[in-house]
Amino acid sequence: MLEIKNLQAKAGDKEILRGIDLAVRAGEVHAIMGPNGSGKSTLAQVLAGRETYAVSAGQVSYQGRDLLAMSPEDRAREGIFLAFQYPVEIPGISNLYFLRTALNTVHKHQGLEELDAVDFLVLAKEKMKALGMEESLMTRPVNEGFSGGEKKRNEIFQMAVLEPKLAILDETDSGLDIDALRIVADGVNALRGPERAIIVVTHYQRLLNYIIPDYVHVLSGGRLVKSGDKDLALELEDKGYAWLEEGAAA
Amino acid sequence: MSAPNTMTEQGIKPGFTDLESGSAVEAFVSQDYKYGFYTDVEQETAPRGLNEDTVRLISSKKNEPRFLLDWRLKAYRLWTTMKEPAWQNVHFPPIDYQNIIYYAAPKPKAKGPANLDEVDPEILRTFEKLGIPLDEQKRLSGIAVDAVFDSVSVATTFKDKLGELGIIFCSFSEAAQNHPGLIEKYLGSVVPFSDNFFATLNSAVFSDGSFCYIPKGVRCPMELSTYFRINARDTGQFERTLIIAEEGSYVSYLEGCTAPMRDSNQLHAAVVELVALDNAQIKYSTIQNWYPGDKEGKGGIYNFVTKRGKCAGVNSKISWTQVETGSAITWKYPSCILLGDNSIGEFYSVALTNHYQQADTGTKMIHIGRNSRSTIVSKGISAGHGQNTYRGMVKMLKGAGGARNYSQCDSLLLGDKCGAHTFPYLEVKNSTSQVEHEASTSKIGEDQIFYCRQRGISSEDAVSMIVNGFCKQVFKELPMEFAVEAQKLLGVSLEGSVG
Repeated sequence: MLEIKNLQAKAGDKEILRGIDLAVRAGEVHAIMGPNGSGKSTLAQVLAGRETYAVSAGQVSYQGRDLLAMSPEDRAREGIFLAFQYPVEIPGISNLYFLRTALNTVHKHQGLEELDAVDFLVLAKEKMKALGMEESLMTRPVNEGFSGGEKKRNEIFQMAVLEPKLAILDETDSGLDIDALRIVADGVNALRGPERAIIVVTHYQRLLNYIIPDYVHVLSGGRLVKSGDKDLALELEDKGYAWLEEGAAA
Repeated sequence: MSAPNTMTEQGIKPGFTDLESGSAVEAFVSQDYKYGFYTDVEQETAPRGLNEDTVRLISSKKNEPRFLLDWRLKAYRLWTTMKEPAWQNVHFPPIDYQNIIYYAAPKPKAKGPANLDEVDPEILRTFEKLGIPLDEQKRLSGIAVDAVFDSVSVATTFKDKLGELGIIFCSFSEAAQNHPGLIEKYLGSVVPFSDNFFATLNSAVFSDGSFCYIPKGVRCPMELSTYFRINARDTGQFERTLIIAEEGSYVSYLEGCTAPMRDSNQLHAAVVELVALDNAQIKYSTIQNWYPGDKEGKGGIYNFVTKRGKCAGVNSKISWTQVETGSAITWKYPSCILLGDNSIGEFYSVALTNHYQQADTGTKMIHIGRNSRSTIVSKGISAGHGQNTYRGMVKMLKGAGGARNYSQCDSLLLGDKCGAHTFPYLEVKNSTSQVEHEASTSKIGEDQIFYCRQRGISSEDAVSMIVNGFCKQVFKELPMEFAVEAQKLLGVSLEGSVG
């Protein structure tokens, strides 16, 4: 589904990604772990098409298409979803209206039927219930005045409604208490399926107790320095990242 | 009760990267001015400059009664002693009042356009191009239009039909001929000729405008509207509108404005007076889209306007709704004098400044009557290098026991080179009035746009969705036809809010 080859990216003059190689097939869950500043969020943002980062080398193909040539909205319409580390507030637009617009844009692009306000509300309520979200959040402007946990949950709610093919979760666990973490993980697990892939970017292992990954990769200094299965995450929890960073430098 | 306060917000945050949003915001706000064409008609103009002869010339062109000429001359003489106001937060080079043409009219083919057949077809085509068809078959249903072209009214539709109800809707010049009693009684009763520099100038040289009179107990069955078009070069437009709603009557009045694109600035100094008697209601809506100047800030209209309504009677109500997207400079404070007990004043405003446009706009709510109420909702949008100022005054006089005001004043900044400023003045002279003021400033930057794009919404749609959401509180106050035009003007689709 996603094939990344030698991906390098800069922010201004600063090299952040120094050659990433990664293949993600449908049905798989990949965790990308790593210390602060290793480039985890940059990778997530580059895949989503953030233009503050300049791709200086490499290729990314998504479902056989050149991902890097696609605009951010095209990527989204083709099924890529990024759960933001810092979801932004959008004044004046209700959460519900925003999401319906997004869903119908994606549906239109994919040749699916657009939902009217009533059908959409039924769908939204069902997903909200599953995520234990307060309905009052729906009529408030997007993320405005939401607590940190509410914002993260709102990202997962949007994901649940949009049903992406490739979901990238950027530090979705940060700022969540243990109950919220479980609810969010349940939301992600509900989306797992043979036709979807999920990339979980996280600093801590704890989220991976609830979302069991098929593969774990360690990103350090802009490269993937080690890959393994879920046990690698436990090893990292135990030993920290330092031993890998030394390995990368050698 | 809030203490008087003054505050200013400058919405500029350094370090904000403006890549994608820059282009999206740019595309959104850079739409071409569609009404910038010029109509080539034979003109009759006054010589440049202003003196007593100019005033006499205008008055005689319109064959005005003596009292009106005297009134104009009093205003002119006072004006020569006055100075331009300097307190507003806008900047422009000095205006040479002797280099303006104060009267320009298309040459009448016959004696004066008594009916549409005699109006120059070029002018009819002009209005049609502006979306205001004047001829019988194509008229906008439910809207009576008075079309003002430079200094004269060229046509008024549905006059006879309205006449059956006793409603007078005609050009100001015509009213001066046919209803001098009403003019003499009400002209200057809300905005006296001595009011302010621009209002005084207008009182001396006003050319045309609309006059509406709604008799006792009549609910005007259609929207009344005036469409103002500046066409001639180097002219000023000085129209005067007077609306009188007798006891228990109701009228909704709309006003639209456009002008050709020109490199030089043109002055527009209008005066609007509204009078609402006992239990009467006037709803006044404006879509102001005068030529705003080009992207470098060259040219454009100086829109210096005095608008004021008097809720003279008990339970009377005046609502101002304005969408201000045009003009190089807007200086305008549609206000309400709430004289009657239980009277209501409302002000809903969207002001957009883009490129180098400047707006200093707001309202005054003067509470005199007991239990009078007012609501102010102001939405300022700044883009490019635009500077947007809200200036509002709420005054609760001693006798206005139990009066209430609610003000909400929101600013939206698109990009990082524009500014928003808020100057609310509150003055409360009794202990039972309530005044509430809320203000907010938000900014649309690259982060918001990227977030929307990541959800599949294009930058253009994202910006228009956000802008539309920001304005919907005001748009819903507009009559339907105008709401559509307003949204189009802001480049926004009609679907803007939930449910």
